[in-house]
Amino acid sequence: MGEKAFFTKDLSVYYGEKQAIKKISMDFPSREVIALIGPSGCGKSTFLRSLNRMNDVIPGARVEGQIWIDGRDINDPATDVVLLRQKIGMVWQKPNPFHKSIYENIAFGPRYHGIRDKKKLDEIVESSLRKTALWDEVKDRLHRSALALSGGQQQRLCIARSVAVQPSILLMDEPASALDPVSTAKVEELIAELKREYCIVIVTHNMYQAARVSDKTAFFLMGDLVEYDTTQKIFTNPSHRSTDDYISGRFG
Amino acid sequence: MKAKLADRIATGAIIAIAGLIMAILAGLIAYLLFRGLSHVSWHFLTSPPQSFKKGGGIGPQLFNSLYLLVLTMMITIPLGIGAGIYMSEYAKANRVTDFIRLVVEVLSSFPSIVIGLFGLLVFVNLFQMKYSLAAGALALTVFNLPLMVRITEQALRGVPREQKEAGLALGLSKWKTIWSVMLPMAFPAIMTGTILASGRVFGEAAALLFTAGMTTPKLDFTNWNPTDPQSPLNPFRPAETLAVHIWKINSEGRAPDAPEIAAGASAVLIIIVLLFNLGARTLGRAIYRKFTATK
Repeated sequence: MGEKAFFTKDLSVYYGEKQAIKKISMDFPSREVIALIGPSGCGKSTFLRSLNRMNDVIPGARVEGQIWIDGRDINDPATDVVLLRQKIGMVWQKPNPFHKSIYENIAFGPRYHGIRDKKKLDEIVESSLRKTALWDEVKDRLHRSALALSGGQQQRLCIARSVAVQPSILLMDEPASALDPVSTAKVEELIAELKREYCIVIVTHNMYQAARVSDKTAFFLMGDLVEYDTTQKIFTNPSHRSTDDYISGRFG
Repeated sequence: MKAKLADRIATGAIIAIAGLIMAILAGLIAYLLFRGLSHVSWHFLTSPPQSFKKGGGIGPQLFNSLYLLVLTMMITIPLGIGAGIYMSEYAKANRVTDFIRLVVEVLSSFPSIVIGLFGLLVFVNLFQMKYSLAAGALALTVFNLPLMVRITEQALRGVPREQKEAGLALGLSKWKTIWSVMLPMAFPAIMTGTILASGRVFGEAAALLFTAGMTTPKLDFTNWNPTDPQSPLNPFRPAETLAVHIWKINSEGRAPDAPEIAAGASAVLIIIVLLFNLGARTLGRAIYRKFTATK
């Protein structure tokens, strides 16, 4: 395993009294894709969302434990969440482009973070769209509404939007489950491409997808991390009975 | 077969009700315009009213209505949107918040004559604002504010959570996310609320009787110094609005053509409200398109 992008230590998440995530410690290597799998309600999405403190938005959610990135603990009250979130991009299940133009969707973040130079912004927009293989499809209509794009294009635009603020980690919550097979394939290609630069954590319900795109796989069950190993190992020779049952479709 | 029949009956009933409402509305507007429009002329729209002679106009009243609207909205919009943002995004879900929400609801269902009396006691007497545009604007704010707060709060709650999260995940501050991501999306609903609130300003009479007053000083429309008592822009002068004027003329008008003036003024009031609605909607759509880059 190469260098660590970040790691969690004894991370727990509570919704009210209920403990949704139970003391999870996990290492996330740079430039690899880590798939989080498990049956619905096992806590994998909650875990993913806690990595950039997105659970702060949910009333009643409480997080304990540590998440270390760049020598700092995300959950430390002294940490500036706003700065940190810049380093951690996020992509949702349903494409959620801003109701703005394609150009604005991408330029918005970098401009907010201090880049005012129009030329520089143009460059960022182009390079982000190229990275997500969207440039050729949209270069003639950059100033039209992003909502006119197809679902698959919107999702790639959302990935481009996160990439534009230069994160080191990308969190993806079932990024392809609302897309058709062709768009799904494109997003998967993109993930394979992007992992050269980013650590990508992806939640997926699709076993084949996990097997196709990820280097490592973590199996969650009822808020516990049951098994975390190379994808190869998890899918061919899992150490736990429940992992084997789940990936072979006997429950979940 | 029975379900199909019930469906047909329900559809028919709903169409009939909608038709009835349309007919009442169209009839009302047609009646008011038919009775009033013949009396409306440039002279009528621009000249001051006459107490005992024929040929009085509604110029100052027309101006007062529009100016009062501007003053009221200048107070109502920032306060209402600010409080709405607070209620939707910052207030914790607890008893205090629930209580504030209850107070807002109660306030919005207050009879306007009561608010007028409140305005008389507090703004006119206690704050010594006398009968003035400012006192009228504050009284109208009291009963428009709840509407504005509620509409802003609901509009922001209607923005999908993923939009807000997308903003936060990009590293935007909470305020920036609200301002640049959520408010533009909530804009059409807030605009509708603003138009509704403005309509109430045009139509309100009871709350203004004891606050903005029932008289207008002789105005000099060439004097734009807002501190001069003769200036139309002075917010501390009394100002009878169009709606109040209609009420006054109908109840105690001495001019021989009082019924015609009332009818003409009513027609003008309706037309202004319609024009204002259309104008505000067009403007709102244009702004929304600019925000969202939609064609």
